[in-house]
Amino acid sequence: MRHTISILCDDTPGVMTRVSGLFSRRGFNIESLSVGHTELPGKSRFTIVTTGDDAVLEQVRKQLQKLVHVIKAWDIKQNEAVEREHALLKIEVEDKRRAELLQIVTAVQARIVDSSASIWILEVTGDTGSVDNAFNLFKDYHILESIRTGKIALERGPSRVMKK
Amino acid sequence: MGKAKMSGAKALVRTLESQGVEVIFGYPGGATLPIYDELAKSSIRHVLTRHEQGAAHMADGYSRATGKTGVCMATSGPGATNLVTGLANAYMDSSPLVAITGQVPRPMIGNDAFQEVDITGITIPITKHNYLLQKASEIPHSLQEAFYLASTGRKGPVLLDIPKDVQLEIFSPHQAKYPALEGYRPTVAGHPGQIKRAVTLLKSAQKPLIIAGGGVSLASARDLLVRLAEKADIPVVYTLMGKASFPNSHSLCFGLMGYHGRIEANHAISNADVILAVGTRFGDRSTGPLATFATQAKIIHTDIDPAEISKNVPSYIPIVGDAGQVLEQLVELVPEQKHDQWMLELRETAERHPLKGKSSGVIIPNILRILKSLVQDPIIVTDVGRHQIFTAHYFPVDSSHSFVTSGGLGTMGFGVPAAIGAKVGRPDRPVIDIAGDGSFMMTCQEVAAAVAEDIPIVVLVMNDYCLGMIKQLQDASYGRRYEACKFGRNVDFARLAESMGAAGFKVTREDEIAPAIEKSLAAGRTAVVDCVLDDPGNVYPMVTGSSLLEYVE
Ligand SMILES: Cc1ncc(C[n+]2csc(CCOP(=O)(O)OP(=O)(O)O)c2C)c(N)n1
Repeated sequence: MRHTISILCDDTPGVMTRVSGLFSRRGFNIESLSVGHTELPGKSRFTIVTTGDDAVLEQVRKQLQKLVHVIKAWDIKQNEAVEREHALLKIEVEDKRRAELLQIVTAVQARIVDSSASIWILEVTGDTGSVDNAFNLFKDYHILESIRTGKIALERGPSRVMKK
Repeated sequence: MGKAKMSGAKALVRTLESQGVEVIFGYPGGATLPIYDELAKSSIRHVLTRHEQGAAHMADGYSRATGKTGVCMATSGPGATNLVTGLANAYMDSSPLVAITGQVPRPMIGNDAFQEVDITGITIPITKHNYLLQKASEIPHSLQEAFYLASTGRKGPVLLDIPKDVQLEIFSPHQAKYPALEGYRPTVAGHPGQIKRAVTLLKSAQKPLIIAGGGVSLASARDLLVRLAEKADIPVVYTLMGKASFPNSHSLCFGLMGYHGRIEANHAISNADVILAVGTRFGDRSTGPLATFATQAKIIHTDIDPAEISKNVPSYIPIVGDAGQVLEQLVELVPEQKHDQWMLELRETAERHPLKGKSSGVIIPNILRILKSLVQDPIIVTDVGRHQIFTAHYFPVDSSHSFVTSGGLGTMGFGVPAAIGAKVGRPDRPVIDIAGDGSFMMTCQEVAAAVAEDIPIVVLVMNDYCLGMIKQLQDASYGRRYEACKFGRNVDFARLAESMGAAGFKVTREDEIAPAIEKSLAAGRTAVVDCVLDDPGNVYPMVTGSSLLEYVE
């Protein structure tokens, strides 16, 4: 089962090692991990996507919750949340395919954020599915480099975090 | 703390004093000398060990015998890595410890400096929390927090790594405001609704059972457990860590459960309809094969650590909380009951399956029997191996904080230093370490520390000239091929002890046992008795099949 775990924690050195260590020890592969500051000073929030046995993952969540700097760790349900991922693709543009490439850029709502003679950097945002989809469509072109941020997710409705 | 400027090292020692620390077990090095220089001016006792592993185990033994937080200290690099086994041991058994390590000066961190090691990185999985301090001004608060974390919630070791230049840094202490630990709020009181449900379930039980775990001792809740068991007439079995959590001679006590458990205890587990498990994590040595564990029972599991609930064994009614508070809540609401039929069933099982150890000869059961007749209420410490399980079975412990053993990690070499720590904490009580010859050799150098520091413990070495538990496993599963099990050359433990200034005795005949123990207790200094066993038999019962009910007696 694929899970999206959200973690609100103090922004202190070492917190990343502590968090990721709990996953690797149990043999969980972290598919993506993104972390950044929040509206709360001194606090960071992780979104971690991983696959694994539900019971074992629940154990990992409880162990995360035990970390002194973790304020809350919880499983985000996909249908209750807004998810976004961000990707940058560097594509070599052949003159004769420029027009069709532009069509795809428009279709997947990508943006050209940098362009030189024959190289574009495209920006794609969306849920994981639409970013996958964009990658699929660009696959036939010459992708020089690409990078994805990993998913971030926020549940709809009132804050889940602060009522703990 | 006054307004005067002071060094980080001084602030450290001041804070230790204000935390009520009486003793530090440690071993110095270049990276901790500023602390030692301050310690010299303090009333805190320092016990100089012979190895840092010894320092960690001593702090651990001190803690287990007193319930207080133990403190150990080591220098950077090899000193810090030598603490690792001791920290892992304390972590597995939830022993409250504060470990202080020196670190190379801040500007050198990350440069592979002499004696630099990333001890905070290394100890993340074996500490409850750790700190790498960056400023002298952080010391007072972080150290207070370390004591708080170590001794609350699920207890455990906390490590502070302090660079040498931070120890030397001069700063002016001030009462700064620090953010509270938002993410750390252990639940101590049991949820009233869960307590009610548990009481209803216990009321309906025909064959109720209590499992006493180490958490009962850690919460100093032994007497409450006795009250609950007596009021509701519920039999009690214990895990190895829970041996001191219920008086072993009590008529409701049915002994050690699990892989090496008593038949009546494992029978009780397998036939109970309701089990109240208090302060146990259902470790695999205690449960045996999980698929067949307590299949008839609805389990009420109470533990301070929510992560233990349903980790190994599904719980029907989980109660997160401190064993003391939860037991108090339960005692109040549970009605007086009688379970005569069930008790009779267990007593008859017990009668059919007495322990088989003979009460003659130089064998462990007999030595323990004689020991008990000479000293009724000691603090018993063990090492790890066959002698450990024999001690769990043959030496009844009836008061709290009186059985000190390495349960979760099973660390050979724990015994001698843990006994020293226990004796430092409880100089008023006899402290006796039951050691194996293999285990003893792992940390026997600490006998020299005990002698030098005037800490009189008694070590009874159960000398079978081999790694007994390994032999037992090779008997059971490796066709008696005793590879790497016997030591090539035997050591004369009595003379070894004497060479370190301790009293040494050798016992080869049964009539020498009692005199040697008596002389050891009266020696006024540490004594080691080399008990040369005449029949180093295997330790039974032992579960051999796929359930607790398939065993060899
Ligand atoms: C540090 C460490 N190394 C290895 C082991 C594996 N081990 C478990 S019991 C045992 C033998 C213990 O021998 P001894 O101390 O003589 O006790 P006995 O079993 O003979 O009573 C060994 C090697 C261990 N538990 N701890």
